[in-house]
This record gives sequence, C-alpha cells and structure tokens, in this order.
Amino acid sequence: MAEKKVMLGNEAIARGAYEAGVKVSAAYPGTPSTEISENVVKYPEIYCEWSPNEKVAMEVAIGASISGVRSMASMKHVGFNVAADPMYTVSYIGANGGLVAIVADDPGMYSSQNEQDTRQICRAAQVPVLEPSDSQEAKDFMKLAFDLSEEYDTPIVLRTTTRLAHSQGVVTLEDRVVPEDKAYERNIAKNVMMPGNAIKRHIFVEDRLNRMAKDACTLKVAKTGASKDIPLNRVEMNDTKIGFITSGIPYTYVKEACPNASVLKLGLVHPLPKDLILDFASKVDKLYIFEELEPVIEEQVRAWGIECVGKEAFTVQGEYSANMIREVVLEQDLHLNEPAQVAGRPPLLCPGCPHRSVYSVLKKLKIHAAGDIGCYTLGAVAPLSVVDTTICMGASISSLHGMEKAKGKEYIKNWVAVIGDSTFMHTGVNSLMNMVYNQGTGTVIILDNSTTGMTGHQDHAATGKTLMGQTVPAINIYQLCKAIGIEHVTEINAFDIDGLEKLIKEEVAREAVSVIITKSPCVLLKEVHFPNVCKPLSDKCKKCGKCLQPGCPALTKNVDGTITIDQTMCNGCGLCKQMCPFDAIEEVAR
Amino acid sequence: MTETKNIMIVGVGGQGTLLTSRILGGIMIKGGYDVKLSEVHGMSQRGGSVVTYVRYGEKVAEPIVEEGQADVLIAFERLEALRYAHFLKPDGVLIVNDHRMDPITVVTGAAEYPENIIENLSKTYKVYSINAAEEALKLGNSRVFNNIVLGLAAKYMDFTKEEWLEVIAATVPPKTIEINQKAFLVGYEG
Repeated sequence: MAEKKVMLGNEAIARGAYEAGVKVSAAYPGTPSTEISENVVKYPEIYCEWSPNEKVAMEVAIGASISGVRSMASMKHVGFNVAADPMYTVSYIGANGGLVAIVADDPGMYSSQNEQDTRQICRAAQVPVLEPSDSQEAKDFMKLAFDLSEEYDTPIVLRTTTRLAHSQGVVTLEDRVVPEDKAYERNIAKNVMMPGNAIKRHIFVEDRLNRMAKDACTLKVAKTGASKDIPLNRVEMNDTKIGFITSGIPYTYVKEACPNASVLKLGLVHPLPKDLILDFASKVDKLYIFEELEPVIEEQVRAWGIECVGKEAFTVQGEYSANMIREVVLEQDLHLNEPAQVAGRPPLLCPGCPHRSVYSVLKKLKIHAAGDIGCYTLGAVAPLSVVDTTICMGASISSLHGMEKAKGKEYIKNWVAVIGDSTFMHTGVNSLMNMVYNQGTGTVIILDNSTTGMTGHQDHAATGKTLMGQTVPAINIYQLCKAIGIEHVTEINAFDIDGLEKLIKEEVAREAVSVIITKSPCVLLKEVHFPNVCKPLSDKCKKCGKCLQPGCPALTKNVDGTITIDQTMCNGCGLCKQMCPFDAIEEVAR
Repeated sequence: MTETKNIMIVGVGGQGTLLTSRILGGIMIKGGYDVKLSEVHGMSQRGGSVVTYVRYGEKVAEPIVEEGQADVLIAFERLEALRYAHFLKPDGVLIVNDHRMDPITVVTGAAEYPENIIENLSKTYKVYSINAAEEALKLGNSRVFNNIVLGLAAKYMDFTKEEWLEVIAATVPPKTIEINQKAFLVGYEG
C-alpha cells in the first residue's frame, strides 16, 4: 500500500516538487510560504537556496528552466511584487524545463502588510494559475504544474493561501520521477525579449491563453496514475437549487456547509473554462461565486452575461468560513454565543530581544523611526511607539531620504531609518546606495540580529550559512557600507544603551549619511544564551516604573508598584537592570 | 464514528501549542481517521494570541473549527480560554490551564485582566482546570506543562492511555520521552 503521511500544505508542495523531478528551487522567506523551502531542503536531490530577494529567486529559477531542468521559486504574495518584473517577461519567453512559481496569499493578514490577490497579477501577466484545496491537491497540482508548463510553454503559478499553507492533511506519497533534461538550443526569438522578438511572443502568449482556456474544460488532475481521470475543473452535480463556483480553501467551506449543493470546483483559476461555467450556470437555479479576496472569477463570469451572487454577499476582506455560507446562503440562525470582550493580545518583541534595547534608546531621545518589514515592525506599538512608518521591504531607508529631500536636512535630525540585516540584504542596500549617490544625510540603523527573525530563522548572504547547510564566507555588512562610500559606519552591541545613546546623538546631528550597525543575535537562536536571569530586589525598588518602559513581557507591575519578573520568560538580557536607576534589579545565575 | 470531531488549542505564542497539535494529529492518524489540522505561524507566534484547529472523522472537509462547533477547547492560559470559549458547542468541554499571562495591553494599563475567569466560564460551559505550571515544577521541568494539560483533555477523547503514551514517545525528542509521558499521566490520572 502506498505510504500516507499527514503533511502541512507547504510540506506537500515540497513533496510535489520532489516527485515532479525538480532540480532547482530558490526563494526568499516570507510567511506563509517559508516552510516550502525548509521542506525542499530535506530532499538532497534538489539544489535549493535562499536568494537575497524574490526577484533574484525567480531569475534563478528562470535560468534553470532555460537550461532545460524543472525549477521553482516560492514566495509570499508581496514577494511576488518584487518578482513581478521577471514574471511579466518570462510569460513571453515561456519554459524549457518546467517553471513554477508558488505564491502564498494571506487573507486576513495574519503576517502581512496588505491583502492583495495574486490571481490579479497573474491575469495581468497572462500566467496560468492553479489553486489546490488541501495538502493532497497541493502535491498533485505541483506535479501537474510542471507538466502544463512544459506542454504549453508557459510559467505556471501555484497559488496558495495561509490556511492551505499552514493546514495539515493526509497525503499519499509517490515516487520521484525525473524527466530527461530538455535540450538547450540557442533561440533568440524566444529567449531575448527585445521589441522585435517580444512583439511576436506577445501574439504567442495570447494564443496560448486561449488554447488553455479551451482545454481547461477537459484537463485532468494528472497525466498518469490514480488521479488521471479526475477533472482539474470538477463539476459535482447534486441538488440544483443552489450552485457554487469556488476553488481552493473556500471549496472546503462549501462542502462543510452545503454537502448536497452542486459545485463547480475550479483547480485552474486562470484562464477560466468558459463552456464548463456556462453549462454549469444553466443547470442551477441560483449561482454563488465563493472566492476569498477579490472578485476575480466573479468579474469574468458576469462579463459572460451570467447572473450570479458574489461580493454583494461575501466580503473582499479576510478569510471565509462555513458559517458564512450557513448564514448568508442557507439563512440559518446559528444561535452563537457572543464572544467575550477581552483585552487584546497582540504579538510583541520577545524577552531578551535586542531590538527592544535599541528602541528604548530611540524612545528616550524622542527620535522617530522610518520602519521596515520584520519583527522590529513591532516597535510601532505601545509602550515603545518608536516606529512611525512601515511600507515594504527596504522602504525605511528610501522613504527617510524622500523626507529629507522634501523638507530639508534639519527635518530629519530627529529621524532614523531602522532595517534588519536580512531586509537590508533584500532591497535595503539599493536604497542606501541611492542615499549616498544623491547626497542624503540620514542615519540608518541596521538591526543586525544575524538571521531572518520573523519567519523563524533563515540564513542569508550575511550570515555565512546557506539553506543547504554549507558554511560560506559571510558578506560583511560593515565593509559593504564602506564600499558604497559611507565614511561613518559604526558597529555597536545592541545592549550597550549608554554607548548607543551617545552614538545616535552624534550621527543624527552629522550632515552626512551614516550607518549604525547594532549587533546582537536574535535571542531565539539556539546558540544564544545569556548566562543569567534578572531578579527584582523589592527593598531597593522605588516604584519609578523605568524598567517597564521597554515593554518586556517578562515584567509585570505588582499592585504595590514593585515588579515581578517571570523567571521562565526572562532571557537574561539585562536591559531592565540597565534601565533601573536604583540598582533594584540583579542578575543571578540560572 | 460518522460525525467529525472538533478540537481547538489556544494559548500564547511560544507556549508550545504546535507540539500539542502534532501529538493530537499523530494519535488520530493512528486511529485511522481522516485528519485536518490548521495552525498559525509567523507574527502571532511572537507572544500573540494563537489558535490551532484539529478535526478528525471519516472524511473531513474544512480545516478549521468554527464558532459554536468545538467539542473540546484546550486553553493554555485563562484569558485565552475566555477569548475563544464561544467556539464551544453547547455540550463542549473546556480544559483550562489555570495560568495567567498578562498581555501587553494589560501591562501598559490600556486594558484590565478579568478576575474569576474560570468561575464565570463554569456558569455557561463544562470547565475542567489544572495549574499545570505548578504540577510541572513538581516534576522538575517547567516546560512539560502542555502535556499535563493534554493529559486532562485526553480524558474527554476517544483514545486509550497506551495509544497516547505511544504517540507522545513518537513525537517528542527522544531524551524527553519519559518526562513528557509522566507529565501526561499527571493530567490523565490526576
């Protein structure tokens, strides 16, 4: 009997890549896509890497495809914006070896700065999109994606969402089958996208999409094996009073709430199977389009003159649910208990986090920070309240530069840009080059914790280790800044709050670009151990509350104004001890 | 069993909810059920409120547990029990670790931590609580508290003691099997 395993959606995607014979995988970490690469690396047959950003990852995969092997790039939805430049053009070039981008959307924004819908970008880039509904399909559709990519000479996007990426389901494992590498032949009409060639390829792209739309009515989930007779776009005809067109995770909500309704379950969500949809719509009394985020399917269905219910009944925001169908479609009163109105529990910097130390100094100096993407975005909220802006990867440095050019040098003397080491390597370095070139005078603080923190500790070019575990020369951020031409670059321990205060004062006053690299590894890294823990000395405590200002979650205020330090949470960084003017906190051995 | 069973685990990011969900997933697969689990990674794992859904049965459709649908709600912290209690079915069981962790909104004074949570929840729901932190310290390892809570919850699920101990052994790091099994039994037999 074939082996069955419970797999995370992302793990199943990696398994699908393995079974499909993928040889090259590149990615930049981003929730909820990160675990794809973390599982691909478990298959030594596949070369895989963390690239500095998604554009680079996509181009690595494109190169591998042109050379004739099956290759992939994975990223979160906003990462797809960074990779959009190569994607829009590789749509014209197509694929030699199968080329698949896995893009993870985040309805509900569990860990993202926006709620964009990848299907819209794919429609604009004329790239076909597959969307699985569970872990088994995630694996199956990955394999199909590579077959379709080679058959139709196109890159394919496999779109997932947070719920699929981070749900586990039962998956049947199959063997890896490696197709023979495709031959590489020089073909500038296909691979060199200058106007004369691209004009012809654009015609090909339009034709490709039309052919695929027609074939979409009959495509099967797999070319061979157990799923070869299952339609990719599947009609489940039941009671015809209600019909749903749906895909992905929302399909599972339909099956939960209305197991007896008729359903057209789309596996290929772009281009859409017109005849199949027309036929299905004609057979049901009332047609609902049930899709999370944007009305991508709905708009097309309406454009074909089909009457349906879509976003007037279902929101464009957040995740859907079966209860939503029970209430809106079935008009049931669910008699739900009211949720209790309780204090929110937002995420926050960990006890012992070096970012907290840097932020407590910025807060003391009343300095605003143009922020970036990472754990340190959490410096925006009380009690730290230091970060004023967060836009996208790398924007801290460039937006600070824009403020200066708009309002002058004086204006940014109480501003800095803060950016993590991984984000700096991603796109921050470009912004810093711009600051040097265009004669900015801003101060950039690189919060170097030696890892990509928020996504759960991935290496990057400045950590000296690769995804596949090789030790390599680390790019030295200090030397890199020097090489760009910045005279004032200083490295300092993030927990040296007196030294940091003096340094920040000097650098923001300086009329030149300066970089402060605060170095202290992420406290959650395995090799990081502070030897001590902090304990309050109640008899010395003057109840001034200074130790509570950095907002360490290990500290709580007692009714009498003294404090308690949770000994299981304290990581012993000693920041609270440094904050205390009365020596009322001591460090003791664990 | 034809009906799908719904279990939720709620707590604070970093409390180890993902390990508990792995053990639950393991035992259900062993029981030959279709299983779906859904969990949250990323930002809220940094001390935020976290929730994991576990569903098992003959054929499971959606991967989440919806409001009013949970058979068992396992809460690793009191305030989180209160936050998610309305997910329980009218006859559902609420397992609470009698432990308080102040969210930052309480620390800064922006909000209050409610008093008598367990007493008040008991008026509406079937509630069973345990001070797992205290019990774990008695065992000499404060980190195994979640298996103590799981042990208490296991009383209200359809698996034998032996099955649980076996899955725990297969899931936790080899060096910690004994202490984790002991912790489980504190909740299960206590």
